[in-house]
Amino acid sequence: MAGNQKQEKSEEQYQKKVDQVTPKPPLLKNLLWAFVVGGLICTLGQFILNYFVDLGLSKKDAAGAAGAVLIFLSAFFTGLGVYDELGKRAGAGSIVPITGFANSIVAPAMEFKREGYVFGIGAKMFVIAGPVLVYGMLTAFIIGLLHWLLH
Amino acid sequence: MKKKLGSQSIRFEQPPIITSTATIVGPMEGEGLLANFFDYVMADNINNYASWEKCESYMIEWAIRKAVEKDNSTLENVDYILAGDLLNQLMATHFAMRSLGRPFLGLYGACSTLAESMLIGSTLLDGGFAEKIAIAVSSHHDAAERQYRFPTEMGVQRPPISQWTVTGSGSAILSAMGEGPRVTTATVGRVIDLGIKDPNVMGPAMAPAAADTLLCHLNDTGRTPDYYDMIYTGDLGKVGKQLVIDLMQEKGINVSANYEDCGCMVYREEQDAHSGASGCASSGIVFASYLYPLLKKGDLKKILLIGTGSLHSPTSYQQKESIPCIAHAVSIEQ
Repeated sequence: MAGNQKQEKSEEQYQKKVDQVTPKPPLLKNLLWAFVVGGLICTLGQFILNYFVDLGLSKKDAAGAAGAVLIFLSAFFTGLGVYDELGKRAGAGSIVPITGFANSIVAPAMEFKREGYVFGIGAKMFVIAGPVLVYGMLTAFIIGLLHWLLH
Repeated sequence: MKKKLGSQSIRFEQPPIITSTATIVGPMEGEGLLANFFDYVMADNINNYASWEKCESYMIEWAIRKAVEKDNSTLENVDYILAGDLLNQLMATHFAMRSLGRPFLGLYGACSTLAESMLIGSTLLDGGFAEKIAIAVSSHHDAAERQYRFPTEMGVQRPPISQWTVTGSGSAILSAMGEGPRVTTATVGRVIDLGIKDPNVMGPAMAPAAADTLLCHLNDTGRTPDYYDMIYTGDLGKVGKQLVIDLMQEKGINVSANYEDCGCMVYREEQDAHSGASGCASSGIVFASYLYPLLKKGDLKKILLIGTGSLHSPTSYQQKESIPCIAHAVSIEQ
């Protein structure tokens, strides 16, 4: 199979050439954006959490309520077409917090509404977030099993 | 007389004439480098239609009707329409053809479709099978994003090497008789795949196919790059363009003096398109709005247009396959 080896070699050489001319992402700028935006989202979350605690909610209930408010805000701004503009600049800064998760569910729901409520929204809503849920639950199950076995 | 030239090329005995062109684009293209050259700029990317796909379908229909109108002829005079787009099962094109009601051949060459349709259309004309042929291509940024990548409202960060799919449609009328620049030779490309897998890296994936077709065209015709005023590739973007120059240099051919990529001619730097434009409409709108008038006026006398297409699908890249690419060339001379 000399032909295959030759092909592999030229692929390798070409990949090297491509890597040389590929523009690098502006790392410092991206890091700063991610840090500031991610930080601001978390700070906002803290303010909301404190507000609910002040209202007399327990720490656990307040955390749930703050999460719900953040999810609502993210869904709302996704609907207004603002969140993707933020994500374009902030990258992980707006993907990692809970707001990014909400965006990844609302965006496909909006996009595929044209295919109807069943085959569109229903079927496509979790096209991005689905794997996170599946493997999140799987991990939780395994940890739970280990916990049960060890105690 | 044999019309085949060398291993992959064709010389047209009675070179077909490009008698008119038309373009329609979205607002972002309308604010780009070629802002003043388009026939129609839509106010937004959906133009009051129910979906991105329907809007794309409208664009391709509009472009064909406009080109026929500018040719001072009627749809009844068009023997065939050759057209294509990027959507699955050529949705935009097929839906536009319902109302045009002319004999139609659908083509899929991804972003090489303009060159492919020009090549096949010219062959039909030179063979005496038609008097007038309409060719058209379209692409739509949002329709392409949702099919190939992410939902449009997802907050994702695009890498600097990625390109921006053009929203627009370009069409042209090829005629056996009339006035205008002529399609003189063509080179049919081969599928080339050097193992690039990342669908964000389409320019570099397609560059080897473009270089292969260009080299083959020069060998078959016995020409050197300076035979042409300009050589254009379809949508390689900044990085792909540099790679074509490098790959040709390796073969001992210098194209840096008269080579440009249509993908570098659509957007301004500050429009955040990153490495440039892509999509069927990249070469479609650049040729139909900008290059064609220059050829007609005589400011450009001989060009080689190399349409470049990456032939992957959402299924193929999810199955971790690399991107097969193709490039077809047509030479257009005054």
